[in-house]
Parts: sequence; structure tokens; C-alpha cells
Amino acid sequence: MKQSFFDIIDNIPLTDNVYKMTLKGDISDITCPGQFVNIKLDGFFLRRPISVNDAEDGVLTIIYKVVGSGTEAMSKLKDGQLDILTGLGNGYDTSKSGDKVLLLGGGVGVPPLYMLAKKLISQGKSVSVVLGFNTKDEIFYEQEFKDIGADVYVTTVDGSYGIKGFVTDAMKDIEYTYFYTCGPEPMLKAIYKASATSGQFSFEERMGCGFGACMGCSCKTVTGYKRICKDGPVLEKEEILWEN
Amino acid sequence: MGKLDVTLCGITLDNPIIPASGTFGFGYEFAELYDINCLGTFSFKGTTKDARFGNPTPRIAECTAGMINAVGLQNPGVERVISEELPKLKKCFNKPVMANISGFSVEDYAYTCEKLDKEDQVGWLEVNVSCPNVHGGGMSFGTSPEAAAEVTRAVKAVTTKPVIIKLSPNVTDIVAIAKACEEAGADGISLINTMLGMRIDLKTRKPVIANKMGGFSGSAIFPVAVRMVYQVAHAVKIPVIGMGGVSSAEDVIEMMLAGATAVEIGAANLIDPFACRDIINDLPRVMAKYNIDNLSDIIGGVK
Repeated sequence: MKQSFFDIIDNIPLTDNVYKMTLKGDISDITCPGQFVNIKLDGFFLRRPISVNDAEDGVLTIIYKVVGSGTEAMSKLKDGQLDILTGLGNGYDTSKSGDKVLLLGGGVGVPPLYMLAKKLISQGKSVSVVLGFNTKDEIFYEQEFKDIGADVYVTTVDGSYGIKGFVTDAMKDIEYTYFYTCGPEPMLKAIYKASATSGQFSFEERMGCGFGACMGCSCKTVTGYKRICKDGPVLEKEEILWEN
Repeated sequence: MGKLDVTLCGITLDNPIIPASGTFGFGYEFAELYDINCLGTFSFKGTTKDARFGNPTPRIAECTAGMINAVGLQNPGVERVISEELPKLKKCFNKPVMANISGFSVEDYAYTCEKLDKEDQVGWLEVNVSCPNVHGGGMSFGTSPEAAAEVTRAVKAVTTKPVIIKLSPNVTDIVAIAKACEEAGADGISLINTMLGMRIDLKTRKPVIANKMGGFSGSAIFPVAVRMVYQVAHAVKIPVIGMGGVSSAEDVIEMMLAGATAVEIGAANLIDPFACRDIINDLPRVMAKYNIDNLSDIIGGVK
């Protein structure tokens, strides 16, 4: 973990309420896709944990949805500096993936899969990506995944674009050796049931510190209690215990 | 440069800064970030007789200038704290550490304290009779002078180490409870634990925290903490550790003027993992600004 200041380069809307922020700074502690950063915002007590969309050549990219007053304030930033903790969380382990890898993202769970797809493709693996949204207007990053060479499927719940239904409806017809996913918990549960292979799931929880000190985001797993922020956010399929 | 050392229950601290229990784990997470031997000491994660997962999530809510937590004393239980956590702590911290203990019965407290009494690195026992996040224990011992005194007596009977009782602000008369602990043999008092708070999500119309209520901490509670430290420090003869919303070197000095011998820092560690180190480094500058040569001279300076 590293604490440092980043300069805001850009902060643009991708949809009505999803924004992409690019920042320049020290990304040396971001070692793995699936990690997150924790951002201090003026006027807010707790930091905002946001997944890393990409980190390359000294530029950090994050994609976030406006869900409350903190992310609302963040969406209005145009320039200046942000105090950011980087290198948080375990991230996805790409060593277990096999050759045909399936990535499944739901809504604002899509962003961390981009850096993951880049890494898997650079390792010579074939990558299929299913991006799930509620409706056409919410879709983002379809082209970006295509541009890096992934085979992209888009699902919408209302059928306004791509395959009608959930990511699990697209998953049925794709051949894969392993999968990685990030998205809302109902989606993760559905994937857990529908998946034919092992895989890794990235979880979300309200956090206090984001670096393992406060026990605010603990969960129970097959292998004992884990902190989503420090021992996660990525858990392997075999260790997940669904609480309800 | 001014002198920062203070003496707490017979043990000298290089400076009065103590990360508060529950915000610093067993130290080693922070030792990856900086040399934690710069601290006066730290109070380790609240330890109970048996292992506890704690409360369901969400356990955290944000407030203006503060936060609410309802972790609920997650810890591996005293046996594993001794066998697994303390050896790791010893590798990164070479000063006496403060053991923080909680319980659900007087016997629980005595059991856990007796176990930790045998650990050489434990300098003080900080006995938490004020956790707002567990049912049927914790705070219920800290809301009556008789119950707090009973826990104090039971713990004093099983240890020769200094016993510091950590009090709750969620009471009608904090002075009466502090005095009851002093009379029962407490060697020090620490206060304040978190204030009972609650947030409601307007979209779901449900409490933000699964446990509904939790402990409110952070800079918003600092004035309440200063007031209660002042009241207690002027009513007892034993040393008082002040805590509650401390987030700067100025706050440390204000707390000491109110009567604190040492100062614990909690929520600030969660926002800025370097908070305690930075406050220690900043103390000489603030002391010089206010003409303080020796920090221990200002303890209880406000009459």
C-alpha cells in the first residue's frame, strides 16, 4: 500500500451516472488487476474505495457510478489533486485461468475486468467477455474490450441491446476453462450456480479503512473469516459461503 | 526540542500517542507502512475469552466529520491472540503494549486478563466496559458504577499489571462511574469509547448498519471527549487517557490540558494510516508554537 497524491487529468461521463476519471501519479503499488484504490475527498470523512480500471505508464484510470453524495462530489471534479491509497486488495490471480477465459461483469462491476482482460491477452490467452447491463443507455466499454482483442457479448435485462437477459444467459453458450467476475451480489450468486468450472469472484462491502485495520468488511468463508479489503476483494469459488 | 515523554501508571512512554483499540489491529499491518516503534504504545484489538466473528455487515456508516462502526469485537479469542497474534506483534514492536480486553460476564473479564497478565510484552490491561456493539455485555458493565467496580475488582485480583478501565460516554454520570472504578482499585481510566449513533438510508428506509446502531467516532465527537476527560480527570487521582475524535497535534495538546496523561487516536488511523506517526512528528512544532517545553507539564493544566 502506498499513499500519494495524483493529478486529475480528466473526468468524463460514460453514461448518465457512470464516470471515468484518469489521474497521473505513482502507480507502482498497483501490481495486479482486481485491486482497488481508496480516495480521500474534501468534506467527506471516509475514503471512497474504487476498483482500478487500468494502471499503465503512470496513469491510473477508475470508472465509478454516482451512488451517493461522495461520488456525486467526485463526478464534479475537473482538476486538482487527490490523496489516494493505492495497491489495496489481493486482485485476480491469473495463473489458474487455463487458455479460454471467460470474464463476466455486471454494471459498475465491468471496469476491473478491463485491466484483467489486458493481462490475460498479453499472456496469450483467449478471452471472452460478457458485459451485463439493465438497458442500452447504461452500456459502456463494449468497444474498449473489442479493441484489445476480446470476444465481447453484451446482455441487457430489457433486451434493448445485445442478448436479452442476464450474463448467465450468455454464459451458457460460451466455452471456457475458467472464469472471473465482478458485479452485484445477485449476479455473483447466479454465476456461482450456473458456472461449470472454478473461478474467482470480486466482492463489494462497505469499508472503514480499506487496508485491513478496522474489521468493518469481514465475511465468513470456507477457510475462515476474511476481510474483503485485505484478504479480498477477490475470493475463489470454492471458498465462498453465501450468508443469505 | 521539547520533551514528549509521559509516565502512564509507572511506565514511561516516549510520547503520549497511543493508537486506539480496534483501529490498529495487532500492529503488524501498520508496521508494513512505518516503524511503529515511534509510538508511545498502542492498544491492540479488543480480545475476548472466545473467538468472535462480530456483527453482520454492513458494519460501517459515514457521518459528517465521523463514522459509525458496529464491528462487534471480532477477534480470534485470547488463546489464539497469545499464540498467533502476539508473536507477530513482538517482531515489529519492542515496547510494552496495551492489551484491550472485553467480556460478557465478570468471569470472562477475569479469565482473559489472567491469561494476558502472563505475557511479558503486555504493559497495561485496558479493560473495555463500554463496547456499544455487543448485546448482553460490554457497555452494560460500564453504565453502572457498581458493575464497573465489580469488573475492576475481579480483574485486579488476577493481575499485577496496571489496570485501565475504558469507559463509555453513553451514561448519565461518567464521574460517578470513574470514581467507583478508582475506589475498586483501577490504576487508570481511559475515555471516551464511541457514542451510540445511528444512520438511516433514505432510499431503502432502513438503518445503514445491519446492527441498526453503532459507535460514533471521529472528529465530530472531540468536544464531548474533551468535556468528559476534563470532568473525570478532575474527579479522580489516577491517570486518565483521553480519546475521542483526536486527529491533530493540537487536539493532543487540548486533550492533555483537559487532564489526559496520554492520548489515544482511533478513527483517524482508518482515514490516514500514517496519522499517529505524523501527529508525533508534528508535536514539537505545535509545542513550540504554544511555548510548551515539556508535554507532561501541561497535563490537567486547565482548572
